[in-house]
Amino acid sequence: MSCSRRDFLKQSVAGAVAAAAVPTVCTVIFLEPGEAEAAVEGKKLRWTFLVDTEKCVGCGLCVQACKTENEIPYDAPVSRTWVERYVVTKDGETHIDSPIQGRDGYTSPEIRGEVIDPEDIEKAFFVPKLCNQCDNPPCVQVCPVGATFQTEDGVVLVDRDWCIGCGYCVMACPYGVRFFHPVTKTAEKCTFCYHRITEGKQAACVQACPFEARRMGNLGDPDDPVTKIIMTERVQVLKDEYGTKPSVFYLGLDERVR
Amino acid sequence: MKNHVLRPLWLALGLIAAVLIARHFMVPDDFGVHGDSFTYNFYRLGAVKYWEDFPAKYQGRERCGKCHDENAETIAASKHSIIQCENCHGPGVGHPKTVKQLPVNGSRELCLRCHEYLAYPSSLRSQLPGIDGNTHKPNKECRKCHDPHQPDLEG
Repeated sequence: MSCSRRDFLKQSVAGAVAAAAVPTVCTVIFLEPGEAEAAVEGKKLRWTFLVDTEKCVGCGLCVQACKTENEIPYDAPVSRTWVERYVVTKDGETHIDSPIQGRDGYTSPEIRGEVIDPEDIEKAFFVPKLCNQCDNPPCVQVCPVGATFQTEDGVVLVDRDWCIGCGYCVMACPYGVRFFHPVTKTAEKCTFCYHRITEGKQAACVQACPFEARRMGNLGDPDDPVTKIIMTERVQVLKDEYGTKPSVFYLGLDERVR
Repeated sequence: MKNHVLRPLWLALGLIAAVLIARHFMVPDDFGVHGDSFTYNFYRLGAVKYWEDFPAKYQGRERCGKCHDENAETIAASKHSIIQCENCHGPGVGHPKTVKQLPVNGSRELCLRCHEYLAYPSSLRSQLPGIDGNTHKPNKECRKCHDPHQPDLEG
């Protein structure tokens, strides 16, 4: 194989130009959460979710609605969304539980078989959880067959006909939101109620919540009330250090919530 | 070259061709990169349609109010106006055409989801009117005395 000096130089220059072009393309895709609005400029629709933990009373109506709406067997110990209870006692201990994912609400002060004296409680609160619809979803990266993906409007979905049930995504998710559907035997996760939001309805959990602890909006629209809150108030995401860039933002999150 | 060298070569090429032909027929036409990123947007376009076409169950209180306007008005004027009809009455899909009667949940447990008093400072829960479910008329349905549509009025 021979290569003239002229050809070698030509190919080197072409290679350098191509290498320089790659990072320019990549920077369009992932940005810091704070720059979310800038990142979606030009895109019309980017679904986002706002959880106000100050408003949640732990009634569990969201879990009930989610399981019914999305045909998750009602008595199976799995759910696309769930509510956690945190009770912090004065000795600094944190008691956490989520019996049957909070589906039947919190109707007893008993937590993991223990009744804590109200005098000993420093603070206690409820935290609803669901899929964070990450901008940088680890569950999608690990799928070996392309059965899970991110739609153009930022929702991560599972292709039930294509999923082989290997469970890599279940292990990859740092938030533990994925599970196997007991009937279809494929990977299952929150879809932001894709069938409802694309028709202009509210997600089932958002509609069911009496206290507006759950809200949905469009990050692509600066006039959207939820987007305004995310941009102007002190919101947090879960496990920011993982670099997953969640689309679910929390108001009033405590450091004990993981 | 000798035949015994070429024979495995043809076999290997034949196998590769067979895999490529099988792949051509087995992978759906709409499978590919639909978006900016191969990592995140490599999928079957039909899967998006599947989730868009998933049947909705909850209809929302506006639809309930179209026929049950009297109940809708009563509850809208009460403290329970923030609660969706379907949270207690069940999802309204198919009603009234195929599902004549919705399975209303009038259980004590449903009310206690909010009204079991939990002494949780820093949570809205402790500010809701609440009872101790173990001592306040145990095992009796709340709606025997309280009207869930007009919770202000005590029976």
